[in-house]
Amino acid sequence: MTTTPLLEVRGLRKYFPIARGLLRRVVGHVRAVDDVSFTVQEGETLGLVGESGCGKTTTSRCILRAIDPTDGQVLYRTRSNEVVDLAPMSRAELAPLRRDIQMIFQDPFGSLNPRMTLFDNVGEPLLVNGMRRRKERMDRVADLLRLVGLRPEFMHRFPHAFSGGQRQRIGIARALATSPRLVVADEPVSALDVSVQAQVLNLLLELQSTLRLTFVFVAHDLSVVRHISDRVAVMYVGQLVELAPTSAIFQRPRHPYTAALMRAVPVPDPRVSGTDMILRGEVPSPAAPPSGCYFHPRCVFAEDRCRQEAPVLRELTPGHFARCHFAEQLTLGAGETVAAA
Amino acid sequence: MTESPLLRVRDLRVSFKLDEGLVRAVDGVSFDVFPGQVVGIVGESGCGKSVTMKAILQLIEPPGRITSGEILYRQDAAQPSVDLAKLPTRGQAMRELRGADIALIPQEPMAAFSPVHTVGDQIVEAIMLHGRQRYGRPISRSDARGITVELFRDVGISMPEQRIDAYSWQLSGGLRQRAMIAMALSCKPRLLIADEPTTAIDVTTQAQILALLRELQRKYDTAIIFITHDLGVIAQMANYVVVMYLGRVMEEGPVDDIFHAPRHPYTQALLRSIPSMHGETRTALPIIKGTLPHPFNRPSGCPFHPRCDDIMPDRCTKAVPMLHSVAQQRAVSCFLHSDQAEPA
Repeated sequence: MTTTPLLEVRGLRKYFPIARGLLRRVVGHVRAVDDVSFTVQEGETLGLVGESGCGKTTTSRCILRAIDPTDGQVLYRTRSNEVVDLAPMSRAELAPLRRDIQMIFQDPFGSLNPRMTLFDNVGEPLLVNGMRRRKERMDRVADLLRLVGLRPEFMHRFPHAFSGGQRQRIGIARALATSPRLVVADEPVSALDVSVQAQVLNLLLELQSTLRLTFVFVAHDLSVVRHISDRVAVMYVGQLVELAPTSAIFQRPRHPYTAALMRAVPVPDPRVSGTDMILRGEVPSPAAPPSGCYFHPRCVFAEDRCRQEAPVLRELTPGHFARCHFAEQLTLGAGETVAAA
Repeated sequence: MTESPLLRVRDLRVSFKLDEGLVRAVDGVSFDVFPGQVVGIVGESGCGKSVTMKAILQLIEPPGRITSGEILYRQDAAQPSVDLAKLPTRGQAMRELRGADIALIPQEPMAAFSPVHTVGDQIVEAIMLHGRQRYGRPISRSDARGITVELFRDVGISMPEQRIDAYSWQLSGGLRQRAMIAMALSCKPRLLIADEPTTAIDVTTQAQILALLRELQRKYDTAIIFITHDLGVIAQMANYVVVMYLGRVMEEGPVDDIFHAPRHPYTQALLRSIPSMHGETRTALPIIKGTLPHPFNRPSGCPFHPRCDDIMPDRCTKAVPMLHSVAQQRAVSCFLHSDQAEPA
């Protein structure tokens, strides 16, 4: 791939200060995102996975500049093929780029204004972006609703009249209102029932191909991420521990945490017995991460080196990165679960 | 199984009378739970799985009401079973069973523990309340504390002597759920109801909690009703599965049959719609068409007919199929398998 990526995150850090005492003195930092780098090509879906507190949401918020990164670059290729760094930009500088990068939220009940009709909810980004004529906005909202599989007549109803799946479609319509190029979806299907989840995943795949969208898909459900992503990035305590094309990472994970995460997913088949190789312990606090490799206290392969020396993210085979000292030696054939015959 | 069931739910119906109309949350549910068996109840939101659980514990609050059906619970082999549905909700008999014979692991341990009492005190209180009956001897406060420390060790809480004096908000999600399991087990229940016990928990912690539940289930031979929407969790935990949709049982049977030979179109469609860990990626998933009907707007006939691919328009829209036994330990409510309808 020689084309410039649509998005490149370089050395991204976000530290939240911990203030204590009367003077609110800063006594430490929560390293929510600690040196994260990746690229996203145009038209691609990058899945960002990890457990709560791993920094996946903070990373996505930094890309959107919903929060300001502490350090690092968020390089975005604009429509005129110019690469700009979103990280240091002021609000005014960001304003024209906002319409290009949109977000789909997790909670379809909390992300829509209950006092606004669908027309207002979906049409607001259009108004903000200068579409003043109501008739024009109505036509556009009708198109958007049709696009996400809702009837345009619904435009004058309020969100409470819709089910979770329908609300998620409304949220998608709103995200698409400004014809974005990059869509950051934060757990867009995790609040939905299985049958609705399948409908929304199909819709996202369909929209991606018709509108040539680029997705950063944040989720904790590995089977969903596997289904929708071209490449997968795994985060643990604020760091990327593995990044690879979907098929490669699921066939042969190279980081022990990735393998453990995959093994932990309960397989919807009673003939595949759950493994007894269960990850012990709990995720450490990003305010006081362990020495060396952050994963070493829970890793069955940990050696002295892991306790002392922090591993770096290395490229093992083209496009497959892992942050483990022993990535080459370990056999972690635990990715794809073998179905019993 | 020649043993007689511990719990026998027969044609249970629960409805909520609201201003807007009557919601039939549970509409004719029947299943058995044998001693030491794990029965999984699976279904999507609004299918009535949680209301069924509440009915068994007699925790339905007005405007909800058990309108008909039986919940036969057999306290021990020598005694005749009691119908929990007929017991007064706040009566002595129910209070002696609830939390002791039949215990609950709730979904949100954060909300279930009181934040102003230590977790240890809350468990000690339960043991002292039911102790004489469950342990067969009077239990002093220090005995109860000793039992709690042992339970904490059993559920894998490290440093139990210190953790017993912690408040729920000082514990991580995983530890809190372990403490909740300790509390549920504290009175040696014969039936444990786990209501989405791992839904609010991360996947690696979930794996730990599920393994713990499996281990404890084997050790104490407790029967469990496991309620979840997660088909993966059901496949890994249950022996017997009840699939619900809109308050009715679509089908039930041994776990292997449900996953490898599902008979009801709903179960079949549901299983197809989950993205697998080894299927093709980035392709359209088979879906269940349409959306869940609004509770005030239940379809006539079979509740699943508007979304069913195998609909027989003359039959399915007009009559409600009866949950009919098609084999030993296997029942389906679908006209494709049995023509019997519910009496109108």
